[in-house]
Amino acid sequence: MKKFILAVFALVPVLAFAAGPSLPLDSANNDLADKESLKRGFKTYINYCLGCHQLQYQRYNRTFTDLGIEEADGIENYMYTGEKVGDHITNTMPKKEAAAWFGTAPPDLTLEARLRSPDWIYTYLRSFYIDESRPFGVNNTIFKDVGMPHVLQDLQGVSSIDESGKLTPAQGGSLTAEEYDEVIRDLTNFLEYVGEPNKLERKALGVKVLIFIFIFFILAYLLKKEYWKDVH
Amino acid sequence: MFANFMAWIDKRLPVTDCWNKHLAQYPAPKNFNFWYFFGSLAMLVLVNQILTGVWLTMSYEPSGDGAFASIEYIMRDVDYGWLLRYMHSTGASFFFIVVYLHMFRGMMYGSYQKPRELLWIFGMLIFLVLMAEAFMGYLLPWGNMSYWGAQVIISLFGAIPVIGDDLTQWIRGDYVISGATLNRFFALHVIAMPLVLVILVFLHILALHEVGSNNPDGTEIKKKKGSVKPEELSKFKFHKHYTDKYDIVDAIPFHPYYSVKDIMGVAFFLFIFCWVMFFAPEGGGFFIEAPNFEPANGLKTPEHIVPVWYFGPFYTILRVVPDKLLGAVAMFGAIIMLFALPWFDRGTVKSMKFRCTWHKVNLFQFTISFIVLAILGTKAATPLNNLIGTIASFGYFGFFIALWFYSKNENTKPVPERVSK
Repeated sequence: MKKFILAVFALVPVLAFAAGPSLPLDSANNDLADKESLKRGFKTYINYCLGCHQLQYQRYNRTFTDLGIEEADGIENYMYTGEKVGDHITNTMPKKEAAAWFGTAPPDLTLEARLRSPDWIYTYLRSFYIDESRPFGVNNTIFKDVGMPHVLQDLQGVSSIDESGKLTPAQGGSLTAEEYDEVIRDLTNFLEYVGEPNKLERKALGVKVLIFIFIFFILAYLLKKEYWKDVH
Repeated sequence: MFANFMAWIDKRLPVTDCWNKHLAQYPAPKNFNFWYFFGSLAMLVLVNQILTGVWLTMSYEPSGDGAFASIEYIMRDVDYGWLLRYMHSTGASFFFIVVYLHMFRGMMYGSYQKPRELLWIFGMLIFLVLMAEAFMGYLLPWGNMSYWGAQVIISLFGAIPVIGDDLTQWIRGDYVISGATLNRFFALHVIAMPLVLVILVFLHILALHEVGSNNPDGTEIKKKKGSVKPEELSKFKFHKHYTDKYDIVDAIPFHPYYSVKDIMGVAFFLFIFCWVMFFAPEGGGFFIEAPNFEPANGLKTPEHIVPVWYFGPFYTILRVVPDKLLGAVAMFGAIIMLFALPWFDRGTVKSMKFRCTWHKVNLFQFTISFIVLAILGTKAATPLNNLIGTIASFGYFGFFIALWFYSKNENTKPVPERVSK
């Protein structure tokens, strides 16, 4: 019997092939517990992304609470367009016109980190390059012919692509490459948080639940042993 | 006080008698092993699905415009909504894990053989309804994979000659998957299917208790009345429903012996279940698929449309057949083969322990084929994958065909009269 099971486990990986090339992504190495990083990411998002990309499932006050931002501070520094503090983080971009401007309406990004992974976001925002054939003059190595302009060009500057498909270091931005990576790491961190605001709470509760179940298992085992004395 | 109360009840409803007949004095073979946990675990998961489902329904909005947003509302604004949702989504995958292992147990120890054919049929009906239940439930989050998965599977009915197109339209309630489809799937998912499922589980258990549980040795614990010496009889008290007709050996009452053992199994199961639920609720992209974090979009297909992992084996069989109609026939045929298993197996020895080497080899290759088919079902259909899938499909169907041939005059080992331990 045991041999049977072992043999199954041994044979299956040999017979089943993993298929499909995956893009090489840079590791974001972000830390959800780092609230300062989340705050910086939130700020960057409000300043650079929110104009086009909503977070329509996430509320301002929830974000303030989770990130440790005082409500007054939040209203003052993170809310620019007169929403109520309990409102979802939305913008007023008209969808139809937006689709005409960009080829497709800018998607909501609440769940982007869960749809594509934080590493993807981190890599994507660092992979724009000059391509004069595109409407906004830029293209992206991991999202070919993307409709989005390089919104953070002021910060990063611009890269170009050489014949081997590699990006040259960006020129003309206000930040160094390391500083820019840090900004993107914070932004990625924030998007991972927004994707699942309960993630840290989930894991913390999980540890407690597993400890409880472990103790319960020991008691259940002892109970079973006690009863089964009659059988053997 | 309590005794008087129970006496009052028992005069009007046979509660104590039922408790004894099915639990406290139900004879279960004493040699159940690891594989016998999965029946009670399947019931545990069923209860989990029903309870979390009821509470999810309270906050879910079954409409094309509101479904996706209401899931995020549950995840963010409902107190512990995220926990309810993950319990339900993780529960769905674990339901299939547990049911597949439960079915595999039946195959290893011949629990489908005479006189348990009807018990097996009820189990297979449960499996079938469970697949329908899961398929409809998977549309409800209204994610893009929900949408396209349903699109692909429902379009299969279009392969049926003459009535195909009308049939698919009738199922969808529209020309494409739409809010109308979502609404009817919601109705079926929360009322019709669970009701049928619960009734079938009830019948499954009733049928089990009529024929009695099999065991890893496949021996009979109910002997002919009067054939067993008094000192050989099981020392426990069993319900007269069983002892009037049979002499019972090597058995113990289900309660408390297997109830305490099953509680231990439950604890072990919950540890693994909660580990996945709290630390990897997406199940590596298999329990909740990444494209489902994007709302349903009829104009944008996911890169690879793949079904959830538990449909993998049957989906691969569908896909490796070049013709759509024949593929659908093969897919449903794969399930019909399982239904007919009691009649493919013409042997009389139940447990694989005492059956011929061919049987062990055959069951082994079936297991491999099934797992390979499941893995391929979640991958892109490359030519290599299709070749492997074709071989595995032959392995799947070949199991039943080969079984029918060698089981007639099988060279078996002698089956002991009594259970081995």
